[in-house]
Amino acid sequence: MRPQTIAEKILSQHSGQILYAGELCVVPVDGAMATDTTAPLAIQAFREMGGERLANPDRFHLIIDHAAPAPNERIANLHRLMRRFAEETGCHFYDIGSGICHQVMVDHHRVKPGEVFMGADSHTPTYGALNALACGVGSTDLAAVMLTGKIWLKVPSSIRVNLHGHRLKEGVSAKDIVLEVVRQLTISGATYQSVEYHGELLHHLSLSDRMVLCNMVAEMGAKTGIVSPEGLTLPYNFEPVFADKEATYSRTLDIDASSLLPRIAIPHSPDDVHDVSTYAGTPVTYGFIGTCTNGRLNDLQAAAAILKNKKIPPGVRLVIAPASRQVLLEALKDGTIETLIQAGASIINSGCGPCVGTHDGVPGDGEVVISAANRNFRGRMGNPRSEIYLASPATVAASVLHGKITLPTQSE
Amino acid sequence: MAKAHVYGDNIDTDRIIPGKYTKTLDLSTLAAHVMEDLDPEFSSRFMNGDLIAAGDNFGCGSSREQAPLALKSAGVSLVIARFFARIFFRNAINIGLPVLEVPHHNIQMGDEIYFDLSEGKVMNHTRQEVYQATPLPPVMLNIMQEGGLVPYLKKHKDFVI
Repeated sequence: MRPQTIAEKILSQHSGQILYAGELCVVPVDGAMATDTTAPLAIQAFREMGGERLANPDRFHLIIDHAAPAPNERIANLHRLMRRFAEETGCHFYDIGSGICHQVMVDHHRVKPGEVFMGADSHTPTYGALNALACGVGSTDLAAVMLTGKIWLKVPSSIRVNLHGHRLKEGVSAKDIVLEVVRQLTISGATYQSVEYHGELLHHLSLSDRMVLCNMVAEMGAKTGIVSPEGLTLPYNFEPVFADKEATYSRTLDIDASSLLPRIAIPHSPDDVHDVSTYAGTPVTYGFIGTCTNGRLNDLQAAAAILKNKKIPPGVRLVIAPASRQVLLEALKDGTIETLIQAGASIINSGCGPCVGTHDGVPGDGEVVISAANRNFRGRMGNPRSEIYLASPATVAASVLHGKITLPTQSE
Repeated sequence: MAKAHVYGDNIDTDRIIPGKYTKTLDLSTLAAHVMEDLDPEFSSRFMNGDLIAAGDNFGCGSSREQAPLALKSAGVSLVIARFFARIFFRNAINIGLPVLEVPHHNIQMGDEIYFDLSEGKVMNHTRQEVYQATPLPPVMLNIMQEGGLVPYLKKHKDFVI
């Protein structure tokens, strides 16, 4: 048997045959989910396919996070449709305030190492942090999963990313690493492929850090991203899936993480990445911290450490959306939320918030936003006449404090 | 014959249909706003049956199926790209929007195009050139020939690869 990548191993285990990159397979799906952007169309397609019962109601999840609470009657009625469908089919349902789909799935242990997960949201590869194979799909593909419990896939080839070094410089986080990977691979450089993370740095990365690395493989065009399980600790027993030593990769990147400086993606593409220092001094009026990329407890803590006992100046605002109810509760308990509110931040409901341009903080014409999210396409936050820079939560916090793009290490 | 509307590389789903319009089951709303942030003239210039020809990575970004649905509802007969973002590509075929990956083409704005989906052939009448599309995997070809994943599964009940 030829050596295999993690993606080849997980798909082989699920299909019951030995598979390599390029082969087609039909595999059972261990878990699936849809949000209020994708679920209504998926429910409609499921019904059109003749669906009455879900193949696996206990492994299917509906989450209201993209426009939550509903900003208008049209969306309120789509939310009603989801609630009714969940009642009728007995699937898991997470209402407004539960949090962002990806954080909710991880908080509630709905996805585990070695599993195959399909989510009707492009950032579903986030679960590769858990050593799972997770892909984003559209509504009709998801409807087929709801009906049959299966999906057809082409086994992806894999790009190996070796993260060298044992510690990051001050002010540098997993976001800065992943922005560097997006820069090197570009917005289409991993199309159809799996981005597999390796290297000694993994022993020093938390689950939250791993989620950041996998989340933004979507911005490389990847089918999935998977972190090798070295250093992964979970509150339950699991069977880790390692790549074989001589597995075949389409490409290998070696990144010295210990020498990396804070990074920033400039408008209007997530792969237009530079050192923060290059753009230091650019005026900003709006900061956003949240999303499936950077709305977790450590992200809010990083912002609070910079904003503690400080005031965000007039003319600048900071919007914060904790990634889930669990994150919000933890950040309340340890005083992080109070610190952020004292500094002048607005805390909004746990969910996608302004990242998808629907509500909760649409920027005005000509405004410059610095955001901890994952996409800065033109119009992403609801206004094509605004500009979005992407950076780490620490860089966002330092920048709003000074009203201009600022290195986290130079904030006082 | 279809008239080509040409766009560049990395046309993302936010530009095909902004997120603020996606939360709907009303396809006419989607069609009304398709491509508006990319090309405000799109809806006035685009005639039913015209096609879109793009460069690399068409449809990158979100998983929103509303992007191909918006194009289909606006009367787009075909999207040609050098290559597509993977979720968009699957979504388009699943909802019955014809797409062809054509690695080498020289289609310019306004060119008159004939195409044959089953042969994967694109004929540029204006420039007297013929381009060949990358063949689809058999399962995708079947889904496209059935008119999408809903009719495919109604007929086959399961995936045949």
